[in-house]
Amino acid sequence: MTTKTPVDNRPLSPFMLGQYYRFQWTSLLSIIHRVTGVGLSVGTLLVAAWLIALAMGPVVYADFAKHLTAWYGQVLLFGWTWALMYHLGNGIRHLFWDIGWGFDIKVAEKTGYAVVAASLLLTAAAWAVAYFL
Amino acid sequence: MSLRSPLSRARGLGSAKDGVHHFWVQRVSAIALIPLTLWFVFSVANLAGGDYHAVRHWVSAPSVAISLVLFILTMLYHSALGVQVVIEDYVHHEGLKLLSLMGQKFLHAIVAAASVYAILRVAL
Repeated sequence: MTTKTPVDNRPLSPFMLGQYYRFQWTSLLSIIHRVTGVGLSVGTLLVAAWLIALAMGPVVYADFAKHLTAWYGQVLLFGWTWALMYHLGNGIRHLFWDIGWGFDIKVAEKTGYAVVAASLLLTAAAWAVAYFL
Repeated sequence: MSLRSPLSRARGLGSAKDGVHHFWVQRVSAIALIPLTLWFVFSVANLAGGDYHAVRHWVSAPSVAISLVLFILTMLYHSALGVQVVIEDYVHHEGLKLLSLMGQKFLHAIVAAASVYAILRVAL
């Protein structure tokens, strides 16, 4: 268990940004990893809702699909796809760190660019499959 | 010199008495999710434009139903582990922290049960 509230009002990590903490590409990616993680937790409800709608029959499913194919549903799905692909790619980057590879700042910056590029490519590929195949 | 007792060092469980369990299962579920996620995203993308019957037909194949159950359960487990850490990091009020930690576990369990029920309902 943790201790009671701290005696002084030292700034804690999320509030260090801007004022005390220099912008870094790698820390931005780290923040995005957490944000997409939380977003995907919410997005899982979307997957569950899709399966439940499917089990509830054609009328409910058609209603659900109507929202998914509307512009806001497509924007949501596109965001979900990218968040998933980013979290997946950056998760693999984390797994390499776990075995001790890629900690060098120059390497960590480069793998960061690779992860962003891969997430965009995979998202584009998935949507190309959805629209053109 | 370490102040840790030899027994404590041998157990390697740390002050939370949980050791590296959370870290380890987060990694195991992450690795399982790599193929499952890619399979799910590209399969569903391939289904896009398909109507109710096409999607039902897809889900009712045993290999698809089993993979869907594995995907949704692993994802929810990984999600529960992640959300737990986020709450521990940012919720500092002890009572609120305890409530939200329990609440998120219950919520994940409910979504898991409902999703598996839905998949089986369609597939069986």
